[in-house]
Amino acid sequence: MELFTPDFGLIFWMFVAFILLFLVLAKWGWPVIIKMMDKRASTIDEGVENAREAREQLENARAEADKYMREAQARQQEMLREAAKMKTEIIEQARKEASVAAQREMDVAKVAIDQARKEAESQLRNEVGKFSIEIAEKMMRTQMKSDKAQTQLVNKLLDEIEKN
Amino acid sequence: MYRQIQVILLTIAVMLGSWGCSDNSKSEEGPAEKTEQQEEKLDVKDIIFEHLGDGYGWEVPFSHTQRIPLPVIVRAEDGKWFAFSSADLTKMVNDTVGGKIHHNVVPVVKVCERDGKTYRFVIAKVSSHKDKVVEIFDLSPEDRKKVDAEVAKATPAKEGMYEAEPVIDGYVCVESVVDGHLQKPGTYYREYRPLDLSITKNVLALFISVAVVLAMVFGLTGYYRRRGMRAPRKGMGFFEMLVGFVYYDTIKPTLGDNTRKFAPYLLTAFFFILTMNLLGLIVIFPGGANLTGNIAVTLVLAVCTFLLTNILGNKHYWKEIFWPDVPIWLKFPLPIMQCIEIFGIFTKPAALAVRLFANMMGGHMIVITLTLLIFIFAAFGAAVAGGTAVISVLFTVFMLALDVLVSFIQAYVFTLLSALFIAMAQQHEEHEEHKDKEAEEEHRLLAKEAAQIDKI
Repeated sequence: MELFTPDFGLIFWMFVAFILLFLVLAKWGWPVIIKMMDKRASTIDEGVENAREAREQLENARAEADKYMREAQARQQEMLREAAKMKTEIIEQARKEASVAAQREMDVAKVAIDQARKEAESQLRNEVGKFSIEIAEKMMRTQMKSDKAQTQLVNKLLDEIEKN
Repeated sequence: MYRQIQVILLTIAVMLGSWGCSDNSKSEEGPAEKTEQQEEKLDVKDIIFEHLGDGYGWEVPFSHTQRIPLPVIVRAEDGKWFAFSSADLTKMVNDTVGGKIHHNVVPVVKVCERDGKTYRFVIAKVSSHKDKVVEIFDLSPEDRKKVDAEVAKATPAKEGMYEAEPVIDGYVCVESVVDGHLQKPGTYYREYRPLDLSITKNVLALFISVAVVLAMVFGLTGYYRRRGMRAPRKGMGFFEMLVGFVYYDTIKPTLGDNTRKFAPYLLTAFFFILTMNLLGLIVIFPGGANLTGNIAVTLVLAVCTFLLTNILGNKHYWKEIFWPDVPIWLKFPLPIMQCIEIFGIFTKPAALAVRLFANMMGGHMIVITLTLLIFIFAAFGAAVAGGTAVISVLFTVFMLALDVLVSFIQAYVFTLLSALFIAMAQQHEEHEEHKDKEAEEEHRLLAKEAAQIDKI
């Protein structure tokens, strides 16, 4: 049975071939492949880690942005509220000032009107006095046309003086 | 694939042939026919071992007589080296028997002259070194007497007819060729089996496997040089995946800190065995040699593991062998455990060698036997032969597919067990848990192994 009795020639060549193959591959083959596979694996790991970190950072950034946004919104609200308040204040003030001014105007107008009325009254009085004198003159003229009436009046007036 | 094609073609040929044969045997019945039939009788064992064994030439597909010649390198008895082509050792003859021409390959004597001396080499047929190159010498008178006695003892005196020449240790019987016939009886010569470093079929297959492994590895490193860190695709990617599987999933978990030191050996062993296994499954030229099914090859591999394990084994390993941690009466005064442990040093690599050898050889043998069934059953007529052919081909395809799986498993098992043995010799302290795991792993593998062998 040739199969079970190892042949020296084949053993010799197998030994030579296997040792040579081993030496060549151990020097230039396997270390290169394993180094490259390790390197690739670590690169991929790094990549995954980086991606995770990037995602984390992105999430952080997003949270921060949200925070800023909220702050900004709050500030905006605040500002709007302040503005509204300021607006009402201004309006109020304006209204107040306007009413004060209007009052003053009205006071001035009232004074002016009073004055005018007084003037008008005095003028009217003068006029009325003038008219009443004229009217009395005219009435006297008409009533004192007769001498009798004149003497009667003088008598009456004299009576009055005498009584006093 | 090629085996299948070959088988199908052969089947067709056999079916056609058997029609013709059956016609012939009916019409003619003479003594010539009988001898022809005898000569054509299938020697199953011979065919199987021819396919499984080594050879000085490499068969060419579809031809039974053509061989790719390979160099024969031998060291003669007086220490001189000779190298010549294996084509010089055989001759094709046309033998006409019963009106049919047979092409036969017969051995011829290669005569070399050097320094006025003649050296004769021949491929022995009737010898204890069957199918090997031997140097032959003429018989001295004492040799002649011894040979004659042996021949007389072996051959029943039947009118000078030899059934077959007896095999006599130290002598070879060479039959000369006359008119395309091998002349019987042949002449006996004293034989000397020279130191034979021929590049035989197996050795060439070995070199081809080495070349294939180198091509794969340096193809990948070349790819890295060209493409940097990009992952390879397709074939290269598969190869890299295998490297990663063996390195990261098998060697690294087993060897731990020693990975860097031993990984090159284990990776080389894995891919060398795998390549040899798979090349052996290809039937035609670059493959077809039953390399890992040859004990010499697996022996060398196992010896390498043995040397690595024991030379680089640490103090703890040797302490475990010579003073194991067992009750004192088991190791003193009778060194029972020591005997077992020392025995174990040798059985471990022996198991490695035999496991790989037996699995691969078994696979090859089954495939060949299944194919031969067709020819065995061809004697029973065309219908039987046809039916057998179909079944045989189906089984052969199945077996070859299984052999591909076995090729992987055996390469993996060899690597894993080598890694385990080396790791055991590198262990520093007692890791009970670790040891248990190892034992469990080994047990599991062996069970798988056994199941597989049972299946086959």
